[in-house]
Amino acid sequence: MLGGQGEPAFRRFGLGFLIGRNWDPVHESFGALPYVFGTLVTAAIAIVLAVPIAVGLAIFLNDTHGWFTHPLAIFVDVLAAIPSVVYGLWGLYVLGPVLQNHVEPFLTDTIGRVPLLGRLFQGTPTGGDLFTAGVVLAIMILPIVTAVSREVIAVVPRDLREAAKALGATRYETIRMAVLPYARSGLVGATMLGLGRALGETIAVSMVVGGGRSIGFGLFNAGSTIPSVIASQFLNAQNIGFHRSALLALAVVLVSIALVLAAASRLLVRRTAKLVQAPTAESVAEGPALRISG
Amino acid sequence: MSATGGPDRVSSVSGRRRAKDRAFTVFLWTCGGLALLPLVLIVVYVVGRGYSALSVNFFTKEPAGPIDPAAGGIAQAFLGTGIIVGMAAAFSIPLGILTAIYLSEYGNGRVANVIRFVAEILLSTPSIVAGVFVAAVLVTAMHTFSALAGSIALTVLMWPVIARATEEILRLVPQDLREGALALGIPRWKVILRVVIPTAGAGILTSIMLALARGLGETAPILVTALGSDFISTNPGQPMDALPLRIYNYARQPVEALQTFAWGAATMLLLAVLLLSIAARILASRQQRRLS
Repeated sequence: MLGGQGEPAFRRFGLGFLIGRNWDPVHESFGALPYVFGTLVTAAIAIVLAVPIAVGLAIFLNDTHGWFTHPLAIFVDVLAAIPSVVYGLWGLYVLGPVLQNHVEPFLTDTIGRVPLLGRLFQGTPTGGDLFTAGVVLAIMILPIVTAVSREVIAVVPRDLREAAKALGATRYETIRMAVLPYARSGLVGATMLGLGRALGETIAVSMVVGGGRSIGFGLFNAGSTIPSVIASQFLNAQNIGFHRSALLALAVVLVSIALVLAAASRLLVRRTAKLVQAPTAESVAEGPALRISG
Repeated sequence: MSATGGPDRVSSVSGRRRAKDRAFTVFLWTCGGLALLPLVLIVVYVVGRGYSALSVNFFTKEPAGPIDPAAGGIAQAFLGTGIIVGMAAAFSIPLGILTAIYLSEYGNGRVANVIRFVAEILLSTPSIVAGVFVAAVLVTAMHTFSALAGSIALTVLMWPVIARATEEILRLVPQDLREGALALGIPRWKVILRVVIPTAGAGILTSIMLALARGLGETAPILVTALGSDFISTNPGQPMDALPLRIYNYARQPVEALQTFAWGAATMLLLAVLLLSIAARILASRQQRRLS
């Protein structure tokens, strides 16, 4: 159905629809590359920021037993319930200015001086840019990535941890050598689920991303993502010509990516569950070797 | 036992290993602390900037003109959210629960797998796509933006949440209970109505609350279907306002009073959603203890 509505745009513009750089409804020219670029960059920032924290948090919640673990788990879960428009409002007036005045100049002064990598962090901080959108997305996907990571880590057999500890492994070594190798594919699955969420997030992103159309190295440039451009242009898109059809075609692209990611994520999480369901002598032998390095 | 061991043993491992372990522990605690930060910051800022907007006018008046915007309110947004989410609940709750009953009590065949697959797909569909889809079909057919279209877009998002969560709860109901009732000669529909559903009641309520929390906060799908409005309206065939739309629109206005209204609306929305999801979690953990 949706495919049918977007088809005229696909047929008219072909591959140019995805790799063209010019999006100009007035002159009926539609190239979505800046939006695809913005979507990928913001989602990548979100993943880089959120996944290490989410995995650390999942290990923390599974490994530590104190009065604070249960409330903390609830806290993180509740984060998922906050409406995206509230994230957007907060990102626009609170987080954006903080990033603009403190974090972004700091990054420019430190990492910005490193060759190559530094190019990402140069430019004028504006607060409404790809970087801000990425940070907001990171907060938004933290709960789901944490929840799935916890599930995955929780199914790693106790025997393995205890064996590692019995061999004298420290907590770090136990997790590094007995837990993470088993949970790895599941953790990749959790990451993909988070990526899917980040790609599809609309309102919060469109409020903080700045609305530009640049393609370049700088993370401090204003950009747009596929969902944000759909949200901001759909109401003005007439059913004459290709504007509306182009936006629907974008929706098709978006939903296809999201579905592929969701399917892959389920497969990977299931594989972990299966791997640890029957921890026979074989699977342990081919699994992680419990080596303790000095 | 499961701890790393007493200080004696830790001191017997080499310095480098100990340092790594320490660093790792610090990293874990940092993650815990960092995770706490956003929720606290968001709630503090939203409520802190929004509570001054909460007045009687705020809840009972329509937006005032541009001369004195602070004198108005956003009554139409509260009413609109109630109507749109209410209609969405009226569609998605029966639909979701019936789907769940079918899947858990009768569904092993191909039809059930197809339904599960569809629900799964809808769960991972970005909400803007659902909105655009409903808009492309319904708004085009009706020639106007409408609250009805908005509530149908929300139904598309809420139905799978209720269906999947309820199915899982129903599956937790012990098989013995069903078999015991069937052995007494009670027909199957009555077993489901009188035994299975009451046993799973709190769990079903939880899934409904989670779906409502989601529906209340969705912005993008309502934006492209219900459009928003400055006036109180109860006609589901016409454009209607909603709290998230008000926040979205007012947030980008350069007028201070309207921005304050946006924070006020966000405060109310945040409170409603947080209460719903915390209550849902408490209910869920109680239910789990009861069934296990």
